[in-house]
Amino acid sequence: MSRLLAALFFLAWAASPAAQDTKAEIQKYQQMIAEGSPVELFELEGEALWKKPQGPNKVSLEKCDLGQGPGVLKGAYARLPRYFKDADRVMDLETRLLHCMTTLQGRSREEATKRVFGNENQPSEMELLSAYVAAQSRGVKLAAGTAHPKEKQAYELGRAIFFHRAGGWDMSCASCHGEADKRIRMQDLPVLYKREFARPIMATWPAYRVSNSQFKTMQWRINDCYRQMRYPEPTFASDATIALNTFLTVTAAGEPYRGPGTKR
Amino acid sequence: MIRFLFSFLMISPLAAGAQVTPTDVQKILQRDFHARGQATMDRVVQDGVQRVCTESNDKPPGELARRLEDDQMKTIPFPAGNLIGDWKNGERIAQSGRGLQWTDPAGAPGGGSCYNCHELSPQESSHGTLGPTLRRFGWMRGNGPEMQRYVYGKIYNAKAYNLCSQMPRLGYSGTLTPEQIKDLVGLLLDPASPVNRQ
Repeated sequence: MSRLLAALFFLAWAASPAAQDTKAEIQKYQQMIAEGSPVELFELEGEALWKKPQGPNKVSLEKCDLGQGPGVLKGAYARLPRYFKDADRVMDLETRLLHCMTTLQGRSREEATKRVFGNENQPSEMELLSAYVAAQSRGVKLAAGTAHPKEKQAYELGRAIFFHRAGGWDMSCASCHGEADKRIRMQDLPVLYKREFARPIMATWPAYRVSNSQFKTMQWRINDCYRQMRYPEPTFASDATIALNTFLTVTAAGEPYRGPGTKR
Repeated sequence: MIRFLFSFLMISPLAAGAQVTPTDVQKILQRDFHARGQATMDRVVQDGVQRVCTESNDKPPGELARRLEDDQMKTIPFPAGNLIGDWKNGERIAQSGRGLQWTDPAGAPGGGSCYNCHELSPQESSHGTLGPTLRRFGWMRGNGPEMQRYVYGKIYNAKAYNLCSQMPRLGYSGTLTPEQIKDLVGLLLDPASPVNRQ
């Protein structure tokens, strides 16, 4: 905790004009927050939820098939999004977790999606489960599905959405993530349609965000971008969000997963 | 049968392997996004500018760009008289990132989000770099009626000057009021504004 505080003071200093080489200082800061990260606590809470019997069927998620067979967690996250035959759809982690909640546990979609994004007082079930599942892919290379026609379709759709300009402010993802060496305020912007930028980013989501003390998922990241782009809200686990996630993860293919990460 | 075909189209508006057009994307956004607060679904329906810029990857053919820029220019109701408002209020508007989001209360005053992308006053070191620096903007360019009109128009509707600019149409979109835009003109052009201090 004291490490975290030290890191926050460091941020205040790094943001001041006193900082000579801003980029190097920011990198140092990122390393410091990663060392003091509480990510493991979220993983532990997620594990408890994974094993907790819930819903009308009073069963846990331990038989949930994330693509590598029922209950197989090792390396499962690194191979998402992918096509699932039983749902005839490409799914990302949260969409698949939702699928298991409605099929295995017998919960309604309405109930299971009531609170998909948490706050600083209480993380959501999705966030905690994502922390636990993603952690079981550490060291495994990202390899989202690219072979099935629906996976190809999701990639192409995601790419088109990335460059599509609309919304109250005429923005596409590329408005902020289309050019190298640009910032919003002090935040560096990765050029996410390029491999070298997508790789370190996609290898560290989901992630703990120090600035708001919350654990956040990729579905949240996409949701909050669209809020700031002045669009209406993307529906949780919709094909559009999964397509975008597929495009980004396929672009990052081959990078060893090293999350859940810690972000500013 | 018709119902079956209809539901098939709803589930899969895309044929595998086909080129994804802006029309395809729009249909999917209309299906996969929902209205929330003031962020209504009409916002995913592209206007001519958004469509042309998407289709041309922000490089529209010159003739078409000029025609559409002329159309955008006609959307700007230039107020008469002096356009230099209160730069102190302009600084607050430049700092604020609020407005048009589903988390913003409808009708509450929005901000310009200027510092997200531009350098302006020297005392604000936390500024973005997506747009050009505006340090000493008025000091370098003067603040006569033509410059006032240019700055007002550029903030009201940036697409009238550069069709596929990444800058939002802050007046045209209803983010900022004419009074707020005048205050931003003040921030950029008033010799007393920190933007123009040495």
